[in-house]
Amino acid sequence: MTKVTKTDVLIVGAGPVGLFAVFELGLLDLKCHLIDILDRPGGQCAELYPEKPIYDIPALPVVSGQELVDRLMEQIRPFDPQFTFSRIVAGLERLPDGGFRVTTDEGEAFEAKVVVIAAGGGSFQPKRPPIPGIEAYEGKSVFYAVRRMEEFRGEDLLIVGGGDSALDWTLNLQPVARRLTLVHRRPEFRAAPDSVNKMLALKEAGKIDFQVGQVRALTGENGMLKSATVKGPEDEVEIACTRLLPFFGLTMKLGPVAEWGINLNENLIPVDTEKFETSEPGIFAIGDINHYPGKLKLILSGFHEAALMAQAAKRIVHPNEKVVFQYTTSSTSLQKKLGVA
Amino acid sequence: MTKLTFIAFDGATFEVEAENGSTVMENAIRNGVPGIEAECGGACACATCHVYVDEEWTDVVGQPEAMEEDMLDFAYEVQPNSRLSCQIRVREELDGLVVRVPERQA
Repeated sequence: MTKVTKTDVLIVGAGPVGLFAVFELGLLDLKCHLIDILDRPGGQCAELYPEKPIYDIPALPVVSGQELVDRLMEQIRPFDPQFTFSRIVAGLERLPDGGFRVTTDEGEAFEAKVVVIAAGGGSFQPKRPPIPGIEAYEGKSVFYAVRRMEEFRGEDLLIVGGGDSALDWTLNLQPVARRLTLVHRRPEFRAAPDSVNKMLALKEAGKIDFQVGQVRALTGENGMLKSATVKGPEDEVEIACTRLLPFFGLTMKLGPVAEWGINLNENLIPVDTEKFETSEPGIFAIGDINHYPGKLKLILSGFHEAALMAQAAKRIVHPNEKVVFQYTTSSTSLQKKLGVA
Repeated sequence: MTKLTFIAFDGATFEVEAENGSTVMENAIRNGVPGIEAECGGACACATCHVYVDEEWTDVVGQPEAMEEDMLDFAYEVQPNSRLSCQIRVREELDGLVVRVPERQA
C-alpha cells in the first residue's frame, strides 16, 4: 500500500510564486506541500538566473534570483512547508469527498483539499538535441539520464556535452563502459575545472576519447544505435557507439498537467481574476502558467494572484470558518502564526 | 539610430532602425522577425535567440564572452560566426549590420 501524504494544499512548483503562496495560505492556517522537478526550491530563479539581478520586486531595488528565493524561504519558514523535490507530478484524480489525490512519477501519493498549479513555464526536462531521427532511439539506446550505471556496462558509449552532467558521467561511466567517447563542440568546458582535469587525464592515459564537434546523424536499426556522425572543425568522423547520452541542458515543458482535464490555451491555464481558479473547481493556477486578460508574466503579479487564491482556498478547506481580513502589522493572531508575537 | 538587417531562414529580409544601447534580440522581437524566440527574455540563460553574424561583420561585432559560449553549446548548428543576439548591443559602429536567423532554435 502506497504511503499517502495528507495536506491542505498541494502546490505544484516551488518557484517564487509557489513559495509565496505558502505564506498567504499559511496566514489562513492552511498547510502546504510543494512538489518540484528540480532538486531545490526557486524554479527559474534558481535554475536559470540565480546570479542575475531582478529590479522589479517592490521595495527591493535589486535582488538576485537566488537571494529572492532565499528570502522567500526565510519568510515562509514559520509555516513549515513540506517539500518533495526531483519529482514530476504525474496523475491527479478527484476524490469522492471533493479533494484530490496527486501522484508523482516515482509513485508517491498526496491527498489535498486544494491543488495549486504554480508551475511557471512548465517543468524542467532534458533538452532533446537537434539530431534528426533521435526520437527512434530514445529509451532504447539514447538516454537523457543515468538511472543505473550497470545498464551501460560493456557498451560503446558516446557522451555529448560540456557541462557538469556530461563530465561527471564521463568520469563515472568510464570504468564500466567498453569504450567511451566524449563529444563537445569546442575544447573549452562549462563543467567544474576539477572534472575537466580528470577527464583530460583519462584522455592522456588513453582510457577515453575526446572529439571536438557536433553530432549530425545517427545510424542503427530498431532503436539500437550503431554509430554517430560527428562534424568536427575540419571534417566529419563516424564514431561507433551502442549507447548515446546527450546532455544539452534543460527546457521547460508543461508535462502531465496537460492531461488533467483542465482547459488549456496554448500551454497556459485560463483562470478567473477573482480567485485564479481553473476550469476545475478546487484547482487553482498562479504565476507564469496562468492566463487572463491583461496577464503580465511578472513575479509581482504572481504574488498578487497567490494572495487572492489563498482567500478562495481557505473557503474550500474550512467552509464553515468566517474569513476575517487582517493586516500582519496589527493583528496579534497573524503575528502569532509568524512567530513574532 | 542604427540600421540592422535580419535575414530570416526563408530569405525574408527585415530592415529595422535600432536604438543604440538596445540589444539585437530586442529589435528582432519588436519587429516580429520569425525564428528568434528569446525564451529567457535576454538573460543569456537559453540559446533561442541564436543568429549568424554576416562574415563581413564578425570582426566589428566581436566574439562571445565565456558565458555566452557556454549557452551556445545548446544551440543548433553552431558556426564560428554564431552569436546570441541578446548579447549584442547596438552601437554606432554596427550601422548596416546583417545577421541571419538559423533554420531552428535549439
